[in-house]
Amino acid sequence: MSFTWNIPALGGGIAGEELLVSFDRQRQSRLLILPAWFDEANKLRRFTVEVMRRLDSAGIDSFLPDLPGCNESLTPLADQTLEGWRKAADIAAASFAATHVLAIRASALLAPASLPGWHYAAQSGPKLLRGMVRARTIAAREAGISETSDELLAIGRSEGLTLSGWHLGAAMIAALETAEPTLAPGRHGIAQSELAGPGLWLRAEPAEDAAQADALGAIIIEALA
Amino acid sequence: MSITPIIDGQLDEAALDQQLQTLIADVLGLDPAQAAAFDADSGLFGHLPELDSMAVAGLLTEMEDRLGIVIEDDDVDGEMLETYGGLRAFARAKLDPLQPPLDPL
Repeated sequence: MSFTWNIPALGGGIAGEELLVSFDRQRQSRLLILPAWFDEANKLRRFTVEVMRRLDSAGIDSFLPDLPGCNESLTPLADQTLEGWRKAADIAAASFAATHVLAIRASALLAPASLPGWHYAAQSGPKLLRGMVRARTIAAREAGISETSDELLAIGRSEGLTLSGWHLGAAMIAALETAEPTLAPGRHGIAQSELAGPGLWLRAEPAEDAAQADALGAIIIEALA
Repeated sequence: MSITPIIDGQLDEAALDQQLQTLIADVLGLDPAQAAAFDADSGLFGHLPELDSMAVAGLLTEMEDRLGIVIEDDDVDGEMLETYGGLRAFARAKLDPLQPPLDPL
């Protein structure tokens, strides 16, 4: 169930190797799952794989690739760009022969336009940045350092910025400031309220919720039946 | 997740309590009944170990979304975060109809 997937280099060869969690039994429906980002990735990891187990039981293959620069990646996160992640998502879709996509939270910004599927609780770039910058200003204030969101974003745009321990490059921050998710044809938004419980990314500590995993799985299983 | 619609910036006291208590329960994973028992003196930041700076940031961002308010850097101080009463008073001031109207969401 754990494998790797390769990002090809321009002109041939392999530019990078990233981790992949998948349930692949060569079935007709093959769902690319693009994970939540950064702190939310940790909080939603178990939930995401729990949804995959439900899809597997219902006869749906699913593929959860790590984005370059995340988790065990050999590539530095600071070098990643929004455009680079979009390309990685396209490459992942092609290499797994995905038929559908489930983009979780900020990954709605990356979902390949050619795939039908779902955005679960889509998060915009500005809201993602606002939350992360705010966490930094609050932590700074506790430490007796004065930083404002505007100052931090100005530094971020020119030099990059470390937010909650994640070092984001200048190009990534600049792109996120205006990045809004759009629903491509054949894609549907799934609001958190459809899962009948609070979003697990909100929680201060990672948790799980079997009922919510059932609900998200059921929406996809029903649509692909 | 229950969202009480806000009509013309009006949110009565009971509805505001419900919104804030649900929000805190969602963030801290509390039983809704436990959050419903919060009173003005119930301690938040510095009293609840789960409520670190990341969680506070999440709580404030979610307050913006659910209450339709904008929270600036300068608004965030120890007083508003120390107790449930402080957070509530802050939310009430932000929702005060005498303040300039906010853009519709």
